[in-house]
Amino acid sequence: MIPVSRETTFLEATLEAVREEMARDDRVFAIGEDSGVRGGSFPIFKGIAQEFGDHRLIGTPICEGATTNTALGAAMTGMRPIVGLHFADFMLRAMDEIGDQVARARYTFGGQCDVPMVIRAYDGVVNSAATQHSGAYEAIFAHFPGLKVVMPSTPADAKGLLKTAIRDDNPVIFLEHKRLLRTRGPVPDGEHLTPFGQAAVRRSGADVSIVGYGIMMAQALAAAERLATDGIDAEVIDLRTLVPLDEETVLASVARTGRLVVTHESWRRSGFGAEVAAIVAEKGFADLRAPIMRVAGEDVPVPFSPVLEQRVIPNAEGIVAAAHSACAHG
Amino acid sequence: MSHHTSIERMLELLLKMARIRTFEETIERLNREGRIPGFLHTSIGQEASAVGTCEALTEGDYVTSTHRGHGHCLAKGADLRATMCELYGKAGGQNGGRGGSMHVSDFGVNMLGANAIVGAGLGIAVGAALSSKFRESGNIAVAFFGEGASSNGAFHENLNLASSMGVPVLFVCENNGYAHEAPVQKMLNVPNVADFHTGYGIPGEIVDGNDVLAVLDVMTEVTDVVRSTGRPALVEAKTYRHRGHHGGDSGRHYRPAEEIEAWLAKDPILRLSRRLAEAGVDQGTIDGVLADAQAEIDDAVEFAEAAPLPDPESALLEVYAGDSGE
Repeated sequence: MIPVSRETTFLEATLEAVREEMARDDRVFAIGEDSGVRGGSFPIFKGIAQEFGDHRLIGTPICEGATTNTALGAAMTGMRPIVGLHFADFMLRAMDEIGDQVARARYTFGGQCDVPMVIRAYDGVVNSAATQHSGAYEAIFAHFPGLKVVMPSTPADAKGLLKTAIRDDNPVIFLEHKRLLRTRGPVPDGEHLTPFGQAAVRRSGADVSIVGYGIMMAQALAAAERLATDGIDAEVIDLRTLVPLDEETVLASVARTGRLVVTHESWRRSGFGAEVAAIVAEKGFADLRAPIMRVAGEDVPVPFSPVLEQRVIPNAEGIVAAAHSACAHG
Repeated sequence: MSHHTSIERMLELLLKMARIRTFEETIERLNREGRIPGFLHTSIGQEASAVGTCEALTEGDYVTSTHRGHGHCLAKGADLRATMCELYGKAGGQNGGRGGSMHVSDFGVNMLGANAIVGAGLGIAVGAALSSKFRESGNIAVAFFGEGASSNGAFHENLNLASSMGVPVLFVCENNGYAHEAPVQKMLNVPNVADFHTGYGIPGEIVDGNDVLAVLDVMTEVTDVVRSTGRPALVEAKTYRHRGHHGGDSGRHYRPAEEIEAWLAKDPILRLSRRLAEAGVDQGTIDGVLADAQAEIDDAVEFAEAAPLPDPESALLEVYAGDSGE
């Protein structure tokens, strides 16, 4: 086990990462709207200006596109910006900048520049945020060559992955689920970096592999507990980074269990689960003893009323049902 | 005004404009002949704003450009042979053949690339200016863009953002009258793009974009202001493209013949040549400069023709840092 000295919230863990990296490298700065005294609605940059000076935390007008391309220009010329775009839905205002510019600047210019920048946003369903504040778009970003995509599920990973993201010479999309921000968990003391492309096996099991990331990890672990009482031994794998993807850990798990359930809160259709399913179908087909199951958000915008909202997001029951279905085969 | 520009400097400016003109006339032909792939947007007729602006910059200053970017790239000092290789899609191009005409660049001279998305270069220039401010390098950044970009949100967002942050960026609008086929009078309900400066609390200037000496004068003054105040400015250069929007467009079916003729008479190379003649420079000297430009381009073409194509496998490299294949 990792030596643990204390518990923090997910949000505090990311703040530690930002503070440590800013102290370590004076090319790192944060930029985004509503990044003033409080450090944002979800205060992802709280105290940064007081500790490092106003110039290290640039509060911008509401202009996600211009902010993103400005960060790109700074990254192309030697700085290491962290962009805060708030709700992931607002990232769609910067899709030309993220997709056409940030993702492909290095390639377009033949490697003449690095693009060391992190774009942070909080995504997912929380508290009746309704159709325009509940989105999660990791599948879109994972589709673009040139971007890395990170979806932490624990405070320790939030810190370790964010530090790795800030040190990466590529653009990293760092997506933090809103319901995770205030969750607590152990964070290792000292320098703590979590490498990209290494999934974490959260629970070992022999009968079915449940693969997911972010907010669905808690649901997957709860499902695994329930499955255990039904005599099904589930393995739970947290991908942590979608790009780069740790295919080996997933394939090795399926080779042992023969069954795969993929889960994410975002929409099912063309979701990242489809990519995981396709990889396993291509490379691990002989190991499969049952159809691959997906447990994901319904393909509808996320509605406001709590009863409607709950209807469209996946949960532990869904994972349990999918695992039972998979285990009914072979 | 420009009366103080020496004859020597004027001849230098002539060479720089002729280099761009010859480069673009040559690649037009090579594109038609199938030697250069893709589609080209030439800036023939607009050379004065590229040269006059870049002449006021230092080597460390940054430039971003548009789909019509050959002139800006060469004016900033990009390597001619490498740029020609990029047009040919050869391995020796600055981008290794990944970008071509619409993405010409040379990071060695802080030319951060032509950009094929209208308005996208503005933000990158704002970022380069922010970076200069952070590093206290004293450099400024210039974003070239067309008047068509002023209809885009990116223009307004970036002028406002740059002004609110206070960064040394110079926005240079080359108003050539047409956004592809759309005349500016129908797309913009103010007389000048420069008029937007008041809305963003920054200085604005209008310059005759076909008079390289006027451009140089204005840009010398404005870049001084941007550099010393660390704040943005907007300059609109009124100009005209002799050709259509791209290689496949004559530009004649949506622009009146009289209008084209009137602007051809205001050709920036013609005008500077006339100024030189008035100042007593003989035609032989002027012709010699034009011949020098032709020789440089001939050399670049010869070099690019003989240069190796990229290894097809290199298409898979440089997606991420560390993918250089070395």
